Amino acid sequence: MNNRKLKNTLSYIKIYFGIGISVTILFSILILVLINGIQNLSFEFVFSLDAPRGFSLMPMLATTTVIVVLTLLISVPLGISSAIYLNEYASSKSKLVKIVRSSIETLSGIPSIIYGLFGFLFYVIVLGWSWSIRAGIFTVAIMILPIIIRATEEALKAVPMSYRMGSYALGAGKFYTIRKVVLPAAINGILASIILSIGRLIGETAALLLTAGTLLDMPVNLQSSAATLSVFMYTITIEQGDMNRAYATAIVLMALVLSLNLLANFIAKRLKRD
Amino acid sequence: MPNFTIKNANLYYSDFQALKDINLNINDKNITTFIGPSGCGKSSFLRCLNRMNDLVDGARVTGKFLLGNDETDIYKISDVSELRKRVGMVFQKPNPFPMTIYDNITYGAKMHGIKDKKKLDDIVEKSLRDVAIWEEVKDRLKKSALGLSGGQQQRLCIARTIAIEPEVLLMDEPTSALDPISTIKIEDLVGNLKKDYTIVMVTHNMQQASRLGGHTAFFLNGEIIEYSKTSLLFSNPKEKQTEDYITGRFG
Repeated sequence: MNNRKLKNTLSYIKIYFGIGISVTILFSILILVLINGIQNLSFEFVFSLDAPRGFSLMPMLATTTVIVVLTLLISVPLGISSAIYLNEYASSKSKLVKIVRSSIETLSGIPSIIYGLFGFLFYVIVLGWSWSIRAGIFTVAIMILPIIIRATEEALKAVPMSYRMGSYALGAGKFYTIRKVVLPAAINGILASIILSIGRLIGETAALLLTAGTLLDMPVNLQSSAATLSVFMYTITIEQGDMNRAYATAIVLMALVLSLNLLANFIAKRLKRD
Repeated sequence: MPNFTIKNANLYYSDFQALKDINLNINDKNITTFIGPSGCGKSSFLRCLNRMNDLVDGARVTGKFLLGNDETDIYKISDVSELRKRVGMVFQKPNPFPMTIYDNITYGAKMHGIKDKKKLDDIVEKSLRDVAIWEEVKDRLKKSALGLSGGQQQRLCIARTIAIEPEVLLMDEPTSALDPISTIKIEDLVGNLKKDYTIVMVTHNMQQASRLGGHTAFFLNGEIIEYSKTSLLFSNPKEKQTEDYITGRFG
């Protein structure tokens, strides 16, 4: 009896120790960035439109937004429809489906620099698009596709079979059932996959560095070369060694990701209530 | 008069024969219960009646299934949706859709083309009154159906099915996941519904079958061993196997 209590206490200590370490590491990163960045952060630095090149984040914010939005416009419909096909229509025994599934799994684990290399060789060189936002978009669109497909598939799998049966028993066809019952029931998981991809896109450097380039100007059109916030951070750290601006940019990046997560939670809650 | 006539029906799951030469007349505006031990084919047979077996890989049905006065062979209907509008189904576990009570009831009606708001409102009220939960839920029609208790959910599922006014109502052990009080409520409800619908119910519970009355078929190993008036089947079974089963010697 006593032995069991002791074991119990020991396990608690181990668990709290583990939690303590992870939380400390996370918070020290956060605090380090905040302490170093806050003094360099100004309204000017984030929002100014006429600051010298690299001294306002406005062009990078614009580039990031454009790339995230347009990439999602390509990948989300494609990814969701692929997931619907794989989970609802395709026979799990088919050889083609097995090949597609294992490719998706492999692709989702590939380092982003390889997508970058592909984008560079194919879009930038073969298609002659040069370093441009469009080359970047088409590269990262492929990169996040497997993430969306896998997460959506998981969400669809989690929808109980009994919902589908109930719908069929009322005379509904497959497509109607998917549209009216399955997708709404899976919406939280699908949203989570989109948020995950947005996070991935905002944090992406390697793939964009090689395809969208590093120009720090406000993009004029999709043919412009332009840097996202993360690419900007990389270039000023490596090429200019300016840690102050890098830290300040990091704060903006973190704030962006945090607000996106809050927004996602808010949307998920709203959808659940309805 | 029979509403559903089944002649020489066989069901195969790939190589396995689940039902062997079933012949049955299911009477109109009456209740027919199927009893028998697990795996005897009673639920499989029920699923033949609205072609839910179409969804099972490798399932194959032979024989004639003639529905209604027009004696439509249900396996010759090209649009299975038409059949399922005439033959509704309630499942073992309550499976309301994760949407509002109102949307659950109007799901079938909307799909079959009813758009008029007033008409839909009427359907909702009538169906919920028919299953006797209108008073309980009328103030929360726009709330999620998942917030209801198990018994209420099952009655909602019945309401959802009768909202599209089927001729036949199939029920696959509709009370096996419910508590005794909800079970009694569902049984009372089924007793009322048989005035308007032809009800076919699979049950594991022999008391339930005898309480509900009507006709009963005893299934064993994919065959119907005995089919007669429920009171007769339980008081004076003709077959030895039926007697063994209802007296609890096996199953």
